[in-house]
Amino acid sequence: MTPVSSKLHTDDVSLLMVSIDTNPFFWNSMKSALPFSRFLSHVLAFLNSILLLNQLNQVVVIATGYNSCGYIFDSSTSQIQDQRAENLLQKLEEFVEKDEAQCREDSVDGPGFSLLSGSLSMALCYIQRVFRSGPLHPQPRILCLHGSPDGPGQYVAVMNSIFSAQRSMVPIDSCVIGAQHSAFLQQASYITGGVYLKPQLLDGLFQYLLTVFATDLYSRGFLQLPRPAGVDFRASCFCHKNTIDMGYICSVCLSIFCKHQKKCTTCGSVFGEAQVQDSSTTAERKRKAP
Amino acid sequence: MADKQVVKRAKYKSSVKDPGVAGVLKMRIERFVFVPNDPTTATKLNVEFRMIKGHKFTKEGSSKQALLNLTQDQGVNYIFEFDSFADRDACREFVATAIAHHSEAGRLINEKSDVPVSNEQLSRAETERRIKLLQENSELQALHKQFVFGGILTDDEFWATRKKLLEHSDSRKPKQRVALKNEMWSVKPLSDGQSNRVTFNLTPEIIHQIFAEKPAVRQAYLKFVPNKMTEKEFWTKYSRAEYLHSTKNIVAAAAEAAEDEELAVFLKRDDMLANEARRKIRRVDPTVDMKADEGDDYTHLPDHGLLGDETKEVLESQYEPYRRSFAQDLNQHAAVVLQGRLVDELGDTRSVAEALARTKQAELSDEISNRNLEKELSDKICRMAEIEDLQGPRDPAVAPLSIKDPRDYFDSQHALKALGDTGTGAISLKSSVSSSEAYDSLRDLVSEIRGTGLSDPIMSHEVALKVLSGLTQNISSTKFHLGNNPNESVLDRLPKVTKEELLHHWTSIQELLKHFWSSYPITTKYLYTKVTRLKDAMSQVYPKLQEIKESVQSDFRHHVSLLVHPMLQALDAAFAHYDADAQRRSSKSGEKPNGFA
Repeated sequence: MTPVSSKLHTDDVSLLMVSIDTNPFFWNSMKSALPFSRFLSHVLAFLNSILLLNQLNQVVVIATGYNSCGYIFDSSTSQIQDQRAENLLQKLEEFVEKDEAQCREDSVDGPGFSLLSGSLSMALCYIQRVFRSGPLHPQPRILCLHGSPDGPGQYVAVMNSIFSAQRSMVPIDSCVIGAQHSAFLQQASYITGGVYLKPQLLDGLFQYLLTVFATDLYSRGFLQLPRPAGVDFRASCFCHKNTIDMGYICSVCLSIFCKHQKKCTTCGSVFGEAQVQDSSTTAERKRKAP
Repeated sequence: MADKQVVKRAKYKSSVKDPGVAGVLKMRIERFVFVPNDPTTATKLNVEFRMIKGHKFTKEGSSKQALLNLTQDQGVNYIFEFDSFADRDACREFVATAIAHHSEAGRLINEKSDVPVSNEQLSRAETERRIKLLQENSELQALHKQFVFGGILTDDEFWATRKKLLEHSDSRKPKQRVALKNEMWSVKPLSDGQSNRVTFNLTPEIIHQIFAEKPAVRQAYLKFVPNKMTEKEFWTKYSRAEYLHSTKNIVAAAAEAAEDEELAVFLKRDDMLANEARRKIRRVDPTVDMKADEGDDYTHLPDHGLLGDETKEVLESQYEPYRRSFAQDLNQHAAVVLQGRLVDELGDTRSVAEALARTKQAELSDEISNRNLEKELSDKICRMAEIEDLQGPRDPAVAPLSIKDPRDYFDSQHALKALGDTGTGAISLKSSVSSSEAYDSLRDLVSEIRGTGLSDPIMSHEVALKVLSGLTQNISSTKFHLGNNPNESVLDRLPKVTKEELLHHWTSIQELLKHFWSSYPITTKYLYTKVTRLKDAMSQVYPKLQEIKESVQSDFRHHVSLLVHPMLQALDAAFAHYDADAQRRSSKSGEKPNGFA
């Protein structure tokens, strides 16, 4: 990275980490509504606009596949400006091939799940590296363009990355293009202070992206961005991966179960029997507020 | 409590003016017995506390008698006069607890406090703390009034969950100790202008300070008093020494010291201090100063070892010991103040001196007995200046937490219920797709766009306009509904009365539910009654919430019902649980109900 004179570093320099959903099963189900090619054209135009907004803006694109994630574009590497899109698309093809090679299943029911937790972790690692690069660095944020439904198996990993994003003060914006809302991304945007949006008109995705997600962090202080009506805070239980709103929690490691258990499967602590006294003091009975 | 009894001397009077029959009053929890000293008189009393309805007493005051009046139902009074108010108070408290014990449900309102008396004996400090907390926190007071006086919860239960609050209010009184004074010349002589008398004022505080700062004086005190001289003489001599020092007349000091042995002790330099300083130098941590030796002990050299002014007159060697420098005194004083108060109470002078001597002795003996001092020092050096490469592997001090591989329990064979059953009503495609097909189509699409490139325009302008207007409307409508300030909530826009009622209901429902859920599973009869009480209270809240909803204007009605909804849900869950439990219990009606403990 070429050193930058501090005069050019204004308040609105941003580093945008875009996480694109490249789950083939999901895009297969979206063939009628928004084909992947059109989606890509919206996204490419959006990325170009981001880079136009400020000379020092940086964009990094991470592809979230079915089995793996990978970086497919980094604007800070020196490249010819005309060939940005070509480079990205080529890398994307290579990534899809690699992802296919890792696929172990012959067929999948429904849209399947993409590796959201993986791409969030990769984004956060990149951001950490940028933080340590020196005193002058752009303000990072993460944009998740996802449509695949939430994989309950990734609940713990996604929550961990959300909390570490919160700690590093990196907002996670979410643009959900699937059929249903995503509880994970709702929570992510709520906790980290980002924007959550589920566009009604998928044809106008580019307009949505420009209006809502192109704003840098500094400008968000005085712009009105759409606020969701409510957040789905439900967790999924660790035993069956169902969403529950009332369950049992281990007092040692805070894992959630939907049924009474003798032993916690995460940390191995044994739950005692209810003592025969005035107030029962079982280890786990707790009510999770809706 | 049943064994407790109070025995006091008292006089039994039938009325206030009556001189009274002297005797002994014995009180137990069930009854009290009065036996007069003179066995011939017929005023023996044996009354059960059950019959006593109340008690009255005279206020404390030197001119009044210490009376205690126990009233019974039919206007019968028992008046006792005590020798002292302390006796009377002890009896009074006992009577109060006895009466409370015999009254029903343990709820007797005492004149002094508004706290209902429970079966436990509360210490006065505890009651005071509770009352104070109630006075400070009006919300807590409202809750307390509602539940405890309404008979839904007992006082103990209410406070059982709030132990932390009570402790917190108590710990606010810091237990500080007064440190040593920072003055040096508190022994100011008051010199009378006319006569040649100089008066010194010595208080125990000052004496303590002198003993702390000047170990030689302390040692002298222990040696001389009371063998050689009385305390007063000792202090007179000391004061004389101080006076001589203050005049800075070294020659005169030397002269007087030559005459009076004991005075010489006060005038000479303090050898004990020098010894102490030398010991401290030896204990200096070598990682701080490797070469600390006696050359560094400058506090006990005159002028701190600095080369003074050449023009100062050089004293003869015989006068040297009598010179005292201000800097030395100041340093010693500072060291003592920083060390803090070693001995707490200021008792008799001798005991203070002894106590101080003991602490110093303990320090000394600790060191002497510590033969491993050398080894300890070298260990310490190794630890502080360790070279990491040369260290062996260290075992972890704690046992590692055994967190299993999360994949073990995520590997479930059960059907995956997809997350996100939201109200959009979208149907997810459940058709099975072969992976090669899916990946192929994806790759095709990517190459398609590689070939065609970005279209111009990206999208049609009508769509763009629709999107923009949709977004703007969305933002403005949420702004309208939720207010300008994103932190403002619906609650603030409701009329004040409604808001407070809602909040109050919310906190009281929380309290009730807390107690309700903590009582399950029901194992004793006490819990069962408690749960029924709570359930009745909760069912009374329902119509109140409904009332609130109706009393509010129509534009807020929706918001209020949204706010009220979770409360109702919580109550419903509790009721459902109660009903299920009751059904289960009744189905097992062959067994003993509720499993008596």
